Amino acid sequence: MSDSAVLAAPVLVAPPRIALVGNPNCGKTALFNALTGARQKVANYPGVTVERKVGEFLSPAGARVQVIDLPGTYSLRARSPDEEVTRDVVLGRFEHETPPDVMVCVADATNLRLHLRLVLELKKLGRPIILALNMMDVAEARGCRVDASALSAALGVPVVPTVAIKRTGVVGLLDQIDRSMMVMAADGPPAPCGWSEPSARDLRAYHQEVEAILAAALRDAGKPSLATQRIDAALLHPAIGLPFLFLVLFLMFQAVFAWAALPMDMIDQGLGWVQAAAGAALPEGMLKSLITDGIIAGVGSVVIFLPQILVLFLFILILESTGYMARAAFLLDRLMGGVGLHGRAFIPLLSSFACAVPGIMAARTIENRADRLATIMIAPLMTCSARLPVYTLIIAAFVPERTVAGGMIGLQGLVMFTLYAAGILSALAVAFVLKRTIFKGAREPLLMELPAYRLPSPRDLLIGLLERARIFLARAGTVIFAIMILLWFLGTFPGAPEGATGPAIDYSFAGMLGHALAPLLAPIGFTWQIAIALVPGMAAREVAVAALGTVYALSETGDALSGSLSGVLAADWSLPTALSLLAWFVFAPQCVSTLSVVKRETNSWFWMLVMIAYMTLLAYGAAFVTFRLSSALLGG
Amino acid sequence: MTAPVSGSMSGPASAAVPSPVARMTPGPAPGTSSDPPPVGDGCRLGSLRKGQRAVVTGLDESAVATPLPPGELERRMIEMGLIEGARVEILHEGFPGSDPLAVRINDHTLAMRRAEAHAVLVTLG
Repeated sequence: MSDSAVLAAPVLVAPPRIALVGNPNCGKTALFNALTGARQKVANYPGVTVERKVGEFLSPAGARVQVIDLPGTYSLRARSPDEEVTRDVVLGRFEHETPPDVMVCVADATNLRLHLRLVLELKKLGRPIILALNMMDVAEARGCRVDASALSAALGVPVVPTVAIKRTGVVGLLDQIDRSMMVMAADGPPAPCGWSEPSARDLRAYHQEVEAILAAALRDAGKPSLATQRIDAALLHPAIGLPFLFLVLFLMFQAVFAWAALPMDMIDQGLGWVQAAAGAALPEGMLKSLITDGIIAGVGSVVIFLPQILVLFLFILILESTGYMARAAFLLDRLMGGVGLHGRAFIPLLSSFACAVPGIMAARTIENRADRLATIMIAPLMTCSARLPVYTLIIAAFVPERTVAGGMIGLQGLVMFTLYAAGILSALAVAFVLKRTIFKGAREPLLMELPAYRLPSPRDLLIGLLERARIFLARAGTVIFAIMILLWFLGTFPGAPEGATGPAIDYSFAGMLGHALAPLLAPIGFTWQIAIALVPGMAAREVAVAALGTVYALSETGDALSGSLSGVLAADWSLPTALSLLAWFVFAPQCVSTLSVVKRETNSWFWMLVMIAYMTLLAYGAAFVTFRLSSALLGG
Repeated sequence: MTAPVSGSMSGPASAAVPSPVARMTPGPAPGTSSDPPPVGDGCRLGSLRKGQRAVVTGLDESAVATPLPPGELERRMIEMGLIEGARVEILHEGFPGSDPLAVRINDHTLAMRRAEAHAVLVTLG
């Protein structure tokens, strides 16, 4: 496929659009990646935060074709916001979005029943359909033989076998797309839409039609995956299942710290070099201060988390693509049910350890609104990676580097673990209270397919990771960039008056704000410098560390600037103050990004305000208790 | 809507499940039945144990407490393949309380809770 020929041709008409529709776990995303390669972009549908994945490819006939990857669904009767998007796009109900010209239904060839039922429903739309029999290689290996031409005749739509994970596996599909578009151009406008929401009787009729079609086209149903049954016998075993899951999670967090250490050091050194180079090249003055102290130091303090976020997402992508994520939900359903949560809440909560924003977005796979709201409300209590720098800084400054329990456990690591555990336990407690007060009612039923295990494809993992990196860096480059400039401005203006004795920041807007907040925060042991740092910290937690750096760098003179921040803090804060700040950050009032995504996902200001209120209260209460208790115990 | 099951089935299904071999009452032919299941002869998916196989004979969501509007659980179950004539087998049980269940339905596997599995009427075999 050559891009240049087509890019040169003027394209005035909108390119033809195809949509990939299918059940979850049918290899739809792999097929999308096989069709479009890296030429795809992910954005949101207007008004909802369901990801809209669009890509482009060149058909063999030379047409530029746009592909949309729609969220997986078993039915057009949408049950979750994700599935609503699929329904609305194929029905052409979305404003600003014309319905797709051709729909490619992707079906797992080893599991045709549920997929064919969806195909029958899609046929009612009256638009051209192609059925892609995906994972034909797996089907053949299991002795499953499908007669594609008989299936095509019985269904009345073209059927193409595909193997999305192989380069040559989509050639037949590409040819068929060209043919379908030609037929479409000859046929004129599509037939009117004959779809209406099916009743139970209609659904049964669809299934009977599917059985008739299968009788005609399925030569051999094959054996179910023996490997999957054997693996599940171990991994879903009552005694082995949960310990194994916790082992996986433990390894995941180990990896987040261990694997990310080296690239983080490299980013750190690179930033130091850039800062020094910029400092040397720029003349003394406001501009130099803005660029080196404000922008490079501030944005750098966020970009440094990229390696950790990528390691975490690599694990999440692997767990999802192997099929283990559904098993995790299965294993945890009963335990999470104890506090009234759905087993599916596990995935959003796990993602929230990286960042609450994707976590809250992942909650849209939960169909029931009350279950979903409860999950969204507690997601920010999971220790997101943005809290790490705060924890790391304070632990390094105040917790001695020694071992306990006979040298087996590092004290610093133990404190870190305690902070994570505090987040998880408080999340469960909050969920427990929410489900017994505001979100009363029976739990949403669990009806979740456990897909056959499969090996993840490196290409799909890479594409997924690149996408995460792009989204994270875009955030660092926009929201956080703007906050850092604002913070620098607040900390720099107005300058100290003539003959001032205190540090310059004392006289700035940030100083005024900090001093104004200080009396409120004095009962929990916070100094005015912390009060100042919390102001931008509300915008994004990780910024609080950069802000502390800014505050201390600007408020000290000479040698203090060169001293490491943790050394400065150890000298300046009492231990109860440090512990109180840690407790504060377990419940820390969330960042602007989290709040805005809560607002969008719940489509209400109310839930966002509830979240601010309850988390601030918890944070203040926890910090107060911690400060008072530790002051009393330590005699401070 | 499916034909509702008569009132005598609305109580909890008997926990004393006969061994799958001992009773081989043939269920309705696959894919053909929407008749009420033979009352007293079948049992519910929710009372099966690991390793037991059965054939679905009907759906009766009235036996289950659900936050969903009436008819919705039934429709979701049909969409996930739980339909009269489907062959089911309990592959795995969760922990604790042997809940949820991993149920093989024809060619795919579904995770569901025992509570909702009580809405699925089956005959062993």
